[in-house]
Amino acid sequence: MKRKISFLLNGSPVAMEVDPSRRAVDVLREDLGLTGTKEGCGSGECGACSILVDDVVKLSCIMTAAQLEGRKIVTIEGVGQDGELHPVQRSFVERGAIQCGFCTPGMVIAAVGFLKENPDPTREEIRAGMSGNICRCTGYEKIIDAVEDAAAKIRGGGSGG
Amino acid sequence: MVDVRVPSSLDEVFRLLREEPSARLFAGGTDVMVRSFPDTLRRGPFLCLERVEELRGVNESATEVRIGAATRLSELIASPLVADRFPLLREAARHIGAPAVRNMGTLGGNVCTASPAGDTLPPLYILDADVELRSLTGQRRMPISAFITGPGLTQLEEGEVLCAVVIGKAQGFNFHHFEKVGQRKAMAISIASLAFAARTGGDGTVVKARCAFGSVAPTVFTSRVLDDTFSGKTLDRDVLERAAAIIREGVDPISDIRASMEYRRQVAANLIMRLEGAGKDR
Ligand SMILES: Cc1cc2nc3c(=O)[nH]c(=O)nc-3n(C[C@H](O)[C@H](O)[C@H](O)COP(=O)(O)OP(=O)(O)OC[C@H]3O[C@@H](n4cnc5c(N)ncnc54)[C@H](O)[C@@H]3O)c2cc1C
Ligand code: FES
Ligand code: FES
Repeated sequence: MKRKISFLLNGSPVAMEVDPSRRAVDVLREDLGLTGTKEGCGSGECGACSILVDDVVKLSCIMTAAQLEGRKIVTIEGVGQDGELHPVQRSFVERGAIQCGFCTPGMVIAAVGFLKENPDPTREEIRAGMSGNICRCTGYEKIIDAVEDAAAKIRGGGSGG
Repeated sequence: MVDVRVPSSLDEVFRLLREEPSARLFAGGTDVMVRSFPDTLRRGPFLCLERVEELRGVNESATEVRIGAATRLSELIASPLVADRFPLLREAARHIGAPAVRNMGTLGGNVCTASPAGDTLPPLYILDADVELRSLTGQRRMPISAFITGPGLTQLEEGEVLCAVVIGKAQGFNFHHFEKVGQRKAMAISIASLAFAARTGGDGTVVKARCAFGSVAPTVFTSRVLDDTFSGKTLDRDVLERAAAIIREGVDPISDIRASMEYRRQVAANLIMRLEGAGKDR
């Protein structure tokens, strides 16, 4: 039995028939073709599948399709606006915080959510804020640099840096 | 295919439970969806409590604070009432998982999972928290120490919902300490943890103290004899060494992938030594 769910996805309304127990990550990647969201561990440990649910960072690998109902969902495909990268994305590029890129969508989502809560963080706070996202390539320092840089960009009105 | 319902009121929860008494409850899913996906999904249907209004938020009466079972850990941490009244509980919740896990996981989920490593449990034992349960046939309330009966085991019956954790306001502690030892800082399930609260005089003399350990016994380890060793004493080396001996004797840890039994026993005893000199007015 499928159920109808409706939600807002990257600013556009979506209505679909879906198995309510299907994982949100599978709905996004397979049913809706948004493959920017990654699946690493499938068990809440790595953060690769992070999405924003009503502006809060959640893990789409341990969330069911039914829980998408009525929510405002933002995936990596929706963080930039009007063809412009989000300041967090720009900082990741400029600071060399990306190597293979597998963790990057989850890292960017986690950083966007974290900076909403804490727009002026210390490096230690950034480390804690990003602690649920694992990267096998970068050694994290450049990711911390990028988030620090993005915080300054956002505080400065979005175009600085 | 398995159904998942996401009701928004307790009435709706019980209406669904009347239709499907064997429905599996979950809130944040950070335990259930990890352990079970995709296996136990075949044993649905599922009832998700994350939006049930009556189960959410922190409220106070004249004498008690009521924390809705579906209150997310991040909301618990952000609650001024919790920060003010139960800093020990807040501190323990801050040690759970990472931000996204705390944005999903709930207090009720941590309690019902009843893991020996559940980080909110030691503070809840120290604070003498009660759990409030409701089913189609009635309501009951009991101390958390009675509710949790073993590793992963509780008194929760089929069709019963944990509605809230209720904690008395008059705790009378002026000093608290929480420490968790894991394999790394974030996301680490504890190898051993200590929650400690005390009422002390200005010179650091303990009037009363309560200790609770996680991950070193089938359920939270507490001991009246241990608590009493601190009474009338300051937290000096002698007293703490006596306490450490009681801890080594009393705990009943297991060996698993994270640590051996002997290591856990030693860490538990060492954790108490960190309190040396604590409890004095700053
Ligand atoms: C990566 C990761 C790291 C973690 N780290 C920690 C950690 O450091 N410390 C720690 O203690 N835990 C940790 N956890 C475990 C988990 O996040 C917590 O136990 C959390 O509090 C569970 O809450 P939940 O709402 O997600 O539970 P769920 O998974 O929704 O439910 C857990 C259990 O409780 C039952 N249940 C939930 N709510 C109710 C209710 N209101 N009434 C009746 N039954 C109910 C469910 O049926 C289920 O059996 C971690 C989990 C992950 C994925
Ligand atoms: S894939 Fe979801 S946390 Fe790793
Ligand atoms: S850049 Fe490769 S996993 Fe992070």
